[in-house]
Amino acid sequence: MAKNILITGTRKGIGQALAKAYLAEGHNVIGCSRKEASLTHVNYTHFVLDISDEKAVLQMFRQIKKFFNKLDVLINNAGIAAMNHSLTTTCESVNALFSTNVLGTFLFSREAAKMMMRQKNGRIVNYTSVASAISLEGEAVYAASKSAVESLTKTMAKELGSLGITVNAIGPTPVATDLIKSVPKDKIQALIDHQAIKRMGEFKDIKQVVDFFIDEKSNFITGQIIYLGGIVK
Amino acid sequence: MKEKIEKIIIQTLQELNDELERSELENPTSKTKLFSRDGALDSLALVTFLADLEDRLSEEFDTEITLANAQAMSQRFSPFKNVESLSLYIQGLLDG
Repeated sequence: MAKNILITGTRKGIGQALAKAYLAEGHNVIGCSRKEASLTHVNYTHFVLDISDEKAVLQMFRQIKKFFNKLDVLINNAGIAAMNHSLTTTCESVNALFSTNVLGTFLFSREAAKMMMRQKNGRIVNYTSVASAISLEGEAVYAASKSAVESLTKTMAKELGSLGITVNAIGPTPVATDLIKSVPKDKIQALIDHQAIKRMGEFKDIKQVVDFFIDEKSNFITGQIIYLGGIVK
Repeated sequence: MKEKIEKIIIQTLQELNDELERSELENPTSKTKLFSRDGALDSLALVTFLADLEDRLSEEFDTEITLANAQAMSQRFSPFKNVESLSLYIQGLLDG
């Protein structure tokens, strides 16, 4: 049966690929980004907003309620990365990272859960990073923001469990997207060296885990973090 | 405006009570206790009620409203105590 799937950050990268894949499977996809949509499809609806702008997020959910009535899945895909030593990280960078990665994830999860709790069913998938799992040097604030997302995932899973909503997170390994295009090759290799399976991640690896989390049969799986590539925290 | 808000609160409570089936919510009035020691709502019911109420208020007044904000949670006298205190609190939020 067609699901209503909300994905943040659908203009490019993994978010866009997920949107295309779920549209191809016959689902309704609601996407958003700071800029206009990069894909068109009869079952695709796009919103332009900053995901950390509470008022804009509330307006978006009001529209979603009006036009879709129910929401089955939220994939908190939007995120920004920053490679920086803690001693050279600016306040602006910290604010930007936490606004998008933590506040954005929180606001969408809160509003989505308010919709999902009525139907006593829902799936929320967050994005963490292997940078958090291995305390990757040179990414102090990015890793901290993803650790906050992991904490939100586990606590919200407990708070929303009785409402039929599951909350899980995926920790992808480096995948060739815009997010890591400015990261030096040796840094990427150092990350891959931490993995049990030493290769770059691919879109299909991520979709496999997201599919598992949002499967109707996964209703007893919540508060879990799955890292790709065999990263062990 | 207070009457309109109170009416919306009461309608929302009555609809929620289709699920909750609590005798004290069958005919709510301005004095009906909501979230207090002997209130009709437990924390889970309060969350559901506030989400329903936010939706209805947003539609009725064509504005975005978040009821469970830090201001409400830190007030010495909770606005969620009864229907009357809640409607006064909402009026304050709508007046900006």
